Amino acid sequence: MNIVVCVKQVPDTASERNLKTDDKTLDREAADGLMNELDEYAVEEALQIKEAQGGEVTVLTMGPDKAAETIRKALSMGADKAVHLVDDALHGSDALQTSAALAQALRKIGFDLVILGSESTDARTGVLAAMLAERLGVPQLSLAGKVEIDGGNVRVERQTDYGHDKVEGSLPAVVSVVEKINEPRYPSFKGIMAAKKKPVEKLAVGDIELDAAAVGLGNAPTQVVEFAAAPPRAAGTIVTDEGEGGAQAADFLASKKFV
Amino acid sequence: MSGVERSLPSDEARELIELVRELIAREIAPRVAADEEAHAFPRDVFTKLGRAGLLSLPFAEEYGGGGQPYEVYLQVLEELSGAWLTVGLGVSVHTLASFPVAAYGSEAQRKRLLPDMLGGETLGAYCLSEPESGSDAAALRTAAVRDGDAYRITGTKAWITHAGVADFYALMARTAEHKSRGISCFHVPAGTPGLAAAAPEHKMGMHASPTAQLSLDGLRLPEDLRVGEEGQGFPIAMAALDAGRLGIAACSVGVAQAALDAAVDYAKERRQFGRPIAEFQGLSFLLADAATQIAAARALYLEAARRKDAGRPYGPEAAMAKLFASDVAMRVTTDAVQVFGGYGYVADFPVERYMREAKVLQIVEGTNQIQRLVIGRHLTTR
Repeated sequence: MNIVVCVKQVPDTASERNLKTDDKTLDREAADGLMNELDEYAVEEALQIKEAQGGEVTVLTMGPDKAAETIRKALSMGADKAVHLVDDALHGSDALQTSAALAQALRKIGFDLVILGSESTDARTGVLAAMLAERLGVPQLSLAGKVEIDGGNVRVERQTDYGHDKVEGSLPAVVSVVEKINEPRYPSFKGIMAAKKKPVEKLAVGDIELDAAAVGLGNAPTQVVEFAAAPPRAAGTIVTDEGEGGAQAADFLASKKFV
Repeated sequence: MSGVERSLPSDEARELIELVRELIAREIAPRVAADEEAHAFPRDVFTKLGRAGLLSLPFAEEYGGGGQPYEVYLQVLEELSGAWLTVGLGVSVHTLASFPVAAYGSEAQRKRLLPDMLGGETLGAYCLSEPESGSDAAALRTAAVRDGDAYRITGTKAWITHAGVADFYALMARTAEHKSRGISCFHVPAGTPGLAAAAPEHKMGMHASPTAQLSLDGLRLPEDLRVGEEGQGFPIAMAALDAGRLGIAACSVGVAQAALDAAVDYAKERRQFGRPIAEFQGLSFLLADAATQIAAARALYLEAARRKDAGRPYGPEAAMAKLFASDVAMRVTTDAVQVFGGYGYVADFPVERYMREAKVLQIVEGTNQIQRLVIGRHLTTR
């Protein structure tokens, strides 16, 4: 089983995140970079499948040099090797362009199964898995809370608001995962040591038969036109209990669809 | 959260400290207060630490160890202890309990026992003290009597950290009359018939870590679970303790640093007479003295660790580090409570816990009076 896990370095959600004023892209220098949390679940799932079925886990990321930290993390968790798609021409690529670049890289690497987190904590478009599957012409099984491999097929429990759907597809396929699926392991000290010796292949746009004019901020089909800081939180609603406070609180929760 | 800038000998050590800090932030810090209050032993934390390789650090790589110098291992211990002494001291005790097999065990014992000990599958306890032999450890009376190809062991051990929750016990028992040369070391698996832990002691601190007496009632132990030669037990126990004292020194610095960090944060926030109390010299001098003592204690244990790592004698230096660092921990944690005032005396803030934890560090692994004895003897008998 040849598994590729797509991971992304994102700014720490605990730190203050900003867009740059000049080109309206994310200021990656200003915040600590971490592996996107859902991608940790993707790496864990890939490792569990490999441990059960044998095979190899390759980590794929697209991002600046700094994203190598996130590759290292995945390798220290136990992935076997990595491919780092890094090229200044890719800076500012939107989801469509990113999926084009990753799809080309995936074609070059080869795969039976691609696993990724169902969304990233920075852009939160949540569309990459679908775009990848479409570009690669393989089934997409999204929002997986459970993955089973059975011969040439993959079955997942797709999490929904009402429970889950059972979805089945043939390999090769793209699977996106949600938090429920597992508990990601910590890198072990030995894993950290071993990660240094694992191969990391760097690819540029020219290495994946992709036209540099098709990617990057200047060529992006979508544009950030304007951005503004989130407004400060408005004053809350105070419920004074004069006998029917409980009902008011319940109404409030119902209006926000919490109950 | 202590963000001490550490002197570390390698990139791998720096990454190790990062891993430790991540584990502390995610797996340890959020549950300390609740588990201490509930007297709930965090066995699962030790499993996680083991799987991450943190129970194996000072042991040889060929047996699954991390191959790290004491200089690095102890700084990991310091970080863990600052977050939760129940865990930091627990790791130190586990190292102490694993040491006899690692250093004196037969090849067969090492191959069979060490992988689980170092990987977090089995947790250890170290059994030397008895109700009537503490500082005078060689006066122990628990007897191991030959019975064919086994021993029958009878007696009572006292102050056993992890009693009742450990998976194995490194145990010293008497196999001959000679006071120090009549002691042997045994590896006793939990669940062996005849082994029973009493109810945990009601301690001043470290409530989540059970400490209890352990009774052995004619316990039958196969001969191949004796570690080292018959009569070698006391030297094994003392060698383990020399290294263990370095562990306690590191634990002490961790607790002291945590108390100082909390005190500094509080002093910067708490305002009286129109300004943060940190701006009052009387208070900032107290913090300055604490920081200075902590830095000195850390330097002392690291120097002793580097002697050990270089293969030089380090017994007296380990005793000095343990003595000094645990006295510093007591002083600094007491002062930290003072900085917090009334808030320091209540359990809503962690400093009263640090103060209760510090006291035990002046007592365990040789009281500070015994440390002075070791140092004094070294000075006057060479």
